[in-house]
Amino acid sequence: MEMVQRRHHNVPNIHQAERIGSIIAGSSLAIYGIRQALKYHSIPGAGLALAGAALIKRGASGYCDLYRALGVKTADHTTGPNTTIPYQQGIRVDRSITINATREQVYAFWRDLENLPRFMEHVHCVKQKDAKQSHWIIEGPAGQKLEWDAEIINEIPNELLAWRSLPGALVDNAGSVRFEHATAGRGTKVTVSLQYDAPAGQVGVMLAKLFGKDPEREVDAEMHRLKNIIEAGEIPTSKGQSTGRTDEHSRQVQKSATKQTEKVHDASEASFPASDAPSYSHINGR
Amino acid sequence: MKALCWYGKNDVRVETVPEPKILNPRDAIIKTTLTAICGSDLHLLHGCIPSMKQGDILGHEFMGEVLEVGTEAANLKKGDRVVVPFTIACGRCWFCQQGLTSLCDNSNPNALAAEKLYGYSASGLFGYSHIFGGYAGGQAQYVRVPFADTACQKIPDSVSDEQALFLSDIFPTGYMAAENCNIHPGDTIAIWGCGPVGQFAIKSAFMLGAERVIAIDDIPERLELAKTQGKAETLNFGNGDVVDKLKELTGGRGPDGCIDAVGMEAHGTSVDSLYDYAKQAVRLETDRPHVLRQAIQACRKGGTLSVPGVYGGMIDKFPIGAAFSKGLTFRMGQTNVHRYLKPLLDRIEKQEIDPSFVITDRYGLDCAAEAYKTFDKHEHGCIKVVLRP
Repeated sequence: MEMVQRRHHNVPNIHQAERIGSIIAGSSLAIYGIRQALKYHSIPGAGLALAGAALIKRGASGYCDLYRALGVKTADHTTGPNTTIPYQQGIRVDRSITINATREQVYAFWRDLENLPRFMEHVHCVKQKDAKQSHWIIEGPAGQKLEWDAEIINEIPNELLAWRSLPGALVDNAGSVRFEHATAGRGTKVTVSLQYDAPAGQVGVMLAKLFGKDPEREVDAEMHRLKNIIEAGEIPTSKGQSTGRTDEHSRQVQKSATKQTEKVHDASEASFPASDAPSYSHINGR
Repeated sequence: MKALCWYGKNDVRVETVPEPKILNPRDAIIKTTLTAICGSDLHLLHGCIPSMKQGDILGHEFMGEVLEVGTEAANLKKGDRVVVPFTIACGRCWFCQQGLTSLCDNSNPNALAAEKLYGYSASGLFGYSHIFGGYAGGQAQYVRVPFADTACQKIPDSVSDEQALFLSDIFPTGYMAAENCNIHPGDTIAIWGCGPVGQFAIKSAFMLGAERVIAIDDIPERLELAKTQGKAETLNFGNGDVVDKLKELTGGRGPDGCIDAVGMEAHGTSVDSLYDYAKQAVRLETDRPHVLRQAIQACRKGGTLSVPGVYGGMIDKFPIGAAFSKGLTFRMGQTNVHRYLKPLLDRIEKQEIDPSFVITDRYGLDCAAEAYKTFDKHEHGCIKVVLRP
C-alpha cells in the first residue's frame, strides 16, 4: 500500500517540453518578482517570486498537483528502472472484504499463488518459479492467452504482499494485498490494490474486455469468491442445475455447464466474468 | 423428471426437465417425498418479484430422501429422511455463526446483483428469483441441495411427512415472527393475515407467553381455523375500521406486538390501498404496504412490529411519523430457519404441536399448476396445499 501511495506522488505527469517551459517561465517570474520586492518592498513582488519558485519546482519535478487533481497528464508514458506503473494510465482498483478466518489462514491461502486461479476466473494457472518469482498464464474471453512473469517485491508475513510485473511486460502492472484484523475478532479485512497499464492496440482491447466496464465490480466478484472458498469451502453456483428453459441458448448453457469441463460464459447477470492478476506482462497469443 | 416451472405472470406449468446433479462438494440430491406451495410463491405467480427467468423451477418448502451426497457432505447418507430450510446457508460465515442464516454471506452466487439492489446480499433461496441465487426449487421430483451438510435436518420415524414438512419454512417463519415481537407474559399480539404463516404465528405467540392473540383477515375459512385451532380472537377487516376495533378490543391501549404476515400484496378497500393498487399497476410502487400502515397505526406506544410477510422493493406513504412518535421497534427479514429446526422438531416430537393442521388440499405434483390456481383464488376454503411427487 505504501508503495502504491508513494508512486502516486512521485510519478511525473508533465511533458518534457512543458517542464522546460515551466522552468524558464518560473525563473523569469521569480527574478522579476525578487527585483520588484527588493526595489519597492512590495508584497505583490514577493508573491510573484513565490509563484515563480512553484513553477520552477513544477518544471524540475515534472509533477503538478493541479494536473493530478484535474486528472490531466501530459508526460510521455515511460517507465524507468525503478518505477512500475505510471500514475493515471490504465486501471486502478482498491477493494476490500472481510473474511471470517484468521490473518494467518487468509495470508497462507493467498501466499500459495497457485491457489489464485481458484478465485481469479481468467487466470488459467500460476506456477511458482522460486520464492519470489512466478509465471502466469491468463485466458482471455476469446481463448487468447497471455503469459508473463511476476515478482514479489514486498512481503510481511500475515500482513502484506506486494508484487509487480517484471521488465518487458506488455501490460505493466503492480498491486498489493493487505491483511488486517477486523474489529472485535470478526476475521480478517483483506484490501487489494491493483494497478494496470493499458497499452494501445490488441493487448489493451483484451485487457479492457477482461475487466469489462466496471473493474471494481470484477475485483469485487473475485474477492467474493476468495471469501466463499475460505469460509464455505466452495463457490456457490446455480449453473448447470435443472431448469425448464426451452430456448436454444439456455439449453446450450445447460449442456456445457453439466459437462463441467468447460467454463460457461453466459451473458446473463448470473455470470461475472473475472479478471485481474497480480501481474501482467509478456503477451503474444499462442 | 417432473417439475413446476415459472414462465411468466400467472403462467406456471409442470414440465419434464433434466434431473439435478451434484455441482459442489457440499451438495446433496434429495428425492422429494412431499412439497408445498407457499403464500410467497404467489408473489412469483403474480410477477411481483424481479429477476425471474422463464423456466425457473419454483418451490422452497420440501422434504425427502437423500439420494446422493457430495464429497464434503459426509454426515448424510443415502436414504436419510430429511427436511430442508428454504434459506440456503453455508453455516460458517460470521452471520451463520450468529444464527442469522438467512443473511449468509456465501450462498448467493448472484450476490453482486443483490448488492446493487439492497446494498448487501442476503442468503440464497430455493426457487425464488435470480437476485436470491437462481436456485432451482423443490416443487420437483428431485432437488439439488447446496450446503446439504448444514441444511438437512434428519427426521425421526415417529414424525410423519406432513408433520415435518413445514419445518422448511412456515412453522419457523411463524415462530420467528412471534419471537420478533419480544413477547412478555400477558401481552396481546395482533396478527394481520391468517394464511399458514399467520396460523403458525398465532400458535407460536401463545407458546411464547402471549395472553391474547387477535387474528385479522377477511376469508371466513382462515378466520375459522384461527379461532378453532389457534384459539385466537378474530377480526374481519371487511367489517369496519381495523385500527379502531383493535383499540376497542385492547381497552384503548393497542396491541403490544403487531405481526404483518401478509407482505407486499396486501388487499384492502380503504383509500390508501386503492392508491397502492393504482401505483403498483403503473409500476410506480412495487409493494402494497396497506397492512404495514395499519399495523403502525394500531400498535401501542413502544410496541413492536414484526414483519414475516415478504417485501421486495419500494413502498410509498410510509407513516414514519407515527412509528417515530410512538417509539416503535421494527423486526423483519427472511427466517433464520436453521436455528429453529431442532427446537421446533422437538416440539413436534413431544406432540406440543401438529403442523399438519394447516393442510387443506393434497395434490399430486402433476396437478401443481391447478393447485396454484386453487390456492391463489382461495377456492373451496383452500388454505395450504401440499404436493406429493
